[in-house]
Amino acid sequence: MHTESPDLETRNVAPRQDNLDPALFGQTPSQTVGPYFHYGLPWKGAADLVGASEMGARPDLFPAEHYVLAVAREHPAPLGEVVELRGRVLDGEGQAVVDAMVEIWQANANGRYASPSDPRDEVPLDPNFIGFGRTATDATGVWRFRTIRPGRVPGPGNSLQAPHVAVSVFGRGLLTRLATRIYFEDGEGNDTDPVLAAVPAERRATLIAHRDPGGAWVRDIVLQGADETAFFAL
Amino acid sequence: MQDVIGYRPEDAGATPSLFADYRSTVRRSPQRELIRIPYTLSEVTGPAGCWERLMGTALADLTTQHRDAPLGQRIIVSGRVLDENARPVPNTVVEIWQANAAGRYIHIRDQWDAPIDPNFTGAGRAITDAEGRYRFVTIRPGAYPWGNHRNAWRPAHIHLSLLGPAFATRLVTQLYFPDDPLIEIDPIANAVPMPYRNRLVARFDIATTVPNWALGYLFDIILKGRAQTPFEDHDHAH
Ligand SMILES: [Fe+3]
Repeated sequence: MHTESPDLETRNVAPRQDNLDPALFGQTPSQTVGPYFHYGLPWKGAADLVGASEMGARPDLFPAEHYVLAVAREHPAPLGEVVELRGRVLDGEGQAVVDAMVEIWQANANGRYASPSDPRDEVPLDPNFIGFGRTATDATGVWRFRTIRPGRVPGPGNSLQAPHVAVSVFGRGLLTRLATRIYFEDGEGNDTDPVLAAVPAERRATLIAHRDPGGAWVRDIVLQGADETAFFAL
Repeated sequence: MQDVIGYRPEDAGATPSLFADYRSTVRRSPQRELIRIPYTLSEVTGPAGCWERLMGTALADLTTQHRDAPLGQRIIVSGRVLDENARPVPNTVVEIWQANAAGRYIHIRDQWDAPIDPNFTGAGRAITDAEGRYRFVTIRPGAYPWGNHRNAWRPAHIHLSLLGPAFATRLVTQLYFPDDPLIEIDPIANAVPMPYRNRLVARFDIATTVPNWALGYLFDIILKGRAQTPFEDHDHAH
């Protein structure tokens, strides 16, 4: 004689400890982006915060019919001075990291973030500037953004930060996101910037971009070693 | 007065940047201690409400991006994005990418001897709703070998990328499946100490499973929470 259990259609398996176990609730740990992110993350135009070029993507790394991400769209230019920002990502042996991903987040030319968490309604937004960019490094380990030079943003107390771009670095072999900043060597307020001040004096140069003869702002990101970039605990 | 409320530091389950069993970390992880900086507007802000303009339309169904259906076990991966205070993170972008059912990526640098599926790319994007929920339809990825050591195999996994509300909440992680013995011998998963490693393991869920169509998995993603909630902080002044 066979009797069917009433919950056959709904009963769940007895779970081992997993993501939904209340005893484990807490920050989801970081894992590496791995070497194969190119068809999933950096879209065409992700590194061009000014125009509608295809900077940022690496469509050479997978078949064209598998490009499903966004394509850059024409839009009016944002306000401010257009700058090219670039550098290499280097490992502890000085080798170029060809499978890294770099992201930037920055204020507009007025020093306002396009974010609901920036409460300063008196500082104007720029409808043509979001301030977020993403790029894969190229076959020589170089990353490159086209953006505008950010304005100054307030810091703690009555301080004013120097113009800067917040940077995240990801890659194969990087189990965690590495956070840092890039400043401009002629930036107003570099000498009083509250975040630069938190970096030991001998390491501040690792955050400061220099202007090359072609006019681009250049700053290598060194993951490890004597010239290791100052990375932040957030 | 522009003092801002920061985010909490990493908790006990944090992944170290150096984990020698994962060999690529040895020459790529910083050796100096990370520098604690004051929280400013730059760390507590992030893009929001502009995903379509920034990244394009959502791609939450990875099984309908090509002419025919991809091969493999169709699955639904669903869950909530929450902060550490268990509050939903609404209207935030969740990006995923993964190998096909045979464990092969649609990537020129992935050259192991498993078949490409012309009907599967493996890239998806969803925006969380007001309760922080997201939902992807995809196929279950296969395990794949890699060069870390002899006979090294990655457990089946889906890569996930989240921005959250702020620069401080940026997270890239991987989702693993609950019935996979390879998790226990994978250097990348093992970089996370137990029991926190289990935070990376999804749960099979019969309620998410759709009869005659797809198996369902639940995976909540917990981002850093505010050091204090703005709500409690309205009289904060220095
Ligand atoms: Fe992978």
